[in-house]
Amino acid sequence: MLTRREALLGSVLTAAAAAAVVAMPVVASAAEVASLPREKVTLVAPPFVHAHDQVAKGGPKVVEFTMTIEEKPMIIDADGTQLNAMTYNGSIPGPLMVVHQDDYIELTLINPETNTLAHNIDFHAATGALGGGGLTLVNPGEQVTLRFKATRTGTFVYHCAPGGAMIPWHVVSGMSGAVMILPRDGLKDDKGKPVRYDRIFYIGENDFYVPRDEQGKFKKYETAGDNYDDTVKVMRGLIPTHVVFNGKAGSLTGDNAMRAKVGETILIVHSQANRDTRPHLIGGHGDFVWEQGKFANPPAKDLETWFIRGGSAGSALYTFRQPGIYAYVNHNLIEAVELGATAHFVVDGTWDDDLMMQVEAPKPIAS
Amino acid sequence: MPFDPVFTFGTTAAAALIGLGITHALDRASLEFPPPVAVSELVVLGPGSFEHPQPGEFLKQNHTVAAPVVQETIDAPLEIMKYQVSVSDYGLCVADGACKPADSRKIGNVPVTGVSHIDAEAYATWLSARTGEAWRLPTDVEWAYAAGERFKGDIDGGESDPNNPARRWLTQYRQEAALGRKPDPEPRAQGAFGTNSKGLSDIAGNVWEWTSTCYSHATIGSDGKRTASSIDNCGVHAVEGFHRTYMSNFIRDGKSGGCAVGTPPDNLGFRLVRDRTGFFQTTIRSLGLTLTAAESRVHE
Ligand SMILES: [Cu+2]
Repeated sequence: MLTRREALLGSVLTAAAAAAVVAMPVVASAAEVASLPREKVTLVAPPFVHAHDQVAKGGPKVVEFTMTIEEKPMIIDADGTQLNAMTYNGSIPGPLMVVHQDDYIELTLINPETNTLAHNIDFHAATGALGGGGLTLVNPGEQVTLRFKATRTGTFVYHCAPGGAMIPWHVVSGMSGAVMILPRDGLKDDKGKPVRYDRIFYIGENDFYVPRDEQGKFKKYETAGDNYDDTVKVMRGLIPTHVVFNGKAGSLTGDNAMRAKVGETILIVHSQANRDTRPHLIGGHGDFVWEQGKFANPPAKDLETWFIRGGSAGSALYTFRQPGIYAYVNHNLIEAVELGATAHFVVDGTWDDDLMMQVEAPKPIAS
Repeated sequence: MPFDPVFTFGTTAAAALIGLGITHALDRASLEFPPPVAVSELVVLGPGSFEHPQPGEFLKQNHTVAAPVVQETIDAPLEIMKYQVSVSDYGLCVADGACKPADSRKIGNVPVTGVSHIDAEAYATWLSARTGEAWRLPTDVEWAYAAGERFKGDIDGGESDPNNPARRWLTQYRQEAALGRKPDPEPRAQGAFGTNSKGLSDIAGNVWEWTSTCYSHATIGSDGKRTASSIDNCGVHAVEGFHRTYMSNFIRDGKSGGCAVGTPPDNLGFRLVRDRTGFFQTTIRSLGLTLTAAESRVHE
């Protein structure tokens, strides 16, 4: 049996012991939390993820993050359509925060005076106070610090939830992101065998609802407040004008396509704070997929398409076996092609004829 | 709460003046005669002071506390509309191209609803230009003074327990539930909600009213009274009615505007106050008229 302190410090936790801890949660006093080591992490913009250990070194710690909310116009497609965006840390989606189970996430959320709206943050990974939303509402010119314990493993959405109709409007203006809470001993496959990734990409999918003028052209507004009435009308129709990855149609293609090599294993974390989606890697698979994103459940194997429920984040592990260009899409192909939900992986390496070859090139039909 | 004599402003005389097209008084060479502005009846409240729970959210030693109650003073007569601005009043501003059409389905002698703080300000600016008078939204204090016995502050969960923030949320939620107020979305004819002790109609009916008071987060000093620091968010203003709440300036539909948990306002409208400024008198005088006609109509 673990003592409370051993469980808290967690230096010798095995998977079995971790399970025992989950079954009987430990409660740390404020003094105990105060005595934990602290680590300051600088967040990076998606699809990239800050450096982190896959297997925790040492015991639980308090991991400090800071995000500054930026309200600013952003271009969301190749035609120059403008969204009066609201962002966590300047990006859509907001950055992915990675910690381990039993760590504490301590977020300082800054709402600079240059903004016009009040914002907050609701962490699906957190317990109580509307996910922290009830304790984090900040006016322009204010900042707030929230700490919550990472009790459950998995990938989880966070989003702004400042009350009433402000909630969906802020979310479809860009205010969502994700948290990944890894098991202390790292990810495991369906048999409980450890698995690792060589690269991690965080793909946030967003649905936008941009109003059009009488000619059918997308309207441009001076400020976010100006678009509110018109945007709500479009939102109520439930048909997005844009469904995009990383805040903009085409933002993860061409020069910005994600890169990998044959033989490398990638973990794709995919979040959608508002609407269901169905990621699919064209020409590849999901070797191990945590469709609901929660690592306490064994991953599904060999998926072709997986389902991410609106308001959740899932993850998929895949080892590339062939070089080439892979499209990673929302496999509602209308949304992928017409509305923007397409990303690309550029994969270098050696072709495997055993897996696939063109036995005969196209030629006139033999009579 | 001390009550002061209530004066009702007979407005026939004023209406006649305004009908002369004071808005274009500056352009006297070509005096135009736009349709007369329907002038709302005014109530004039004498000076006085009263205890008032402050608007906004208050922190003390890092936890939320109930809003401090402060002695407020109105030191000059307050001229405020007896009724909320009506659909037909507002319609004149829309017809002049100075106001955005409201999101209200009603017509006629019904308070205008479906208007944002921005719309209310636009109306006040237009009415001021049109009448040569200084019209503006009341402050939270002025509104509360005029609301008298019908004023209700925020639905406040009181002091939070530093060891259990949820206690305050639960208290607040139960308080609201206990009020037992059912949604009442259909605006009624002006006067349907009766008159308060100060002579104002429809205070705290089913139309909440915009004020010019910004939402603020304030920290209270250790003495429990003094505000040590505060941050105003003027993107959000106090809205008054059955209870006081806070809405973003661009919200026109109270039901959708705020309060994740809580009773949302049925409708958003407004009434205005008139400042006795030099501008009014000067304009009148420039037209060769005197104020006596209007002033002499003041009665108890
Ligand atoms: Cu927000």
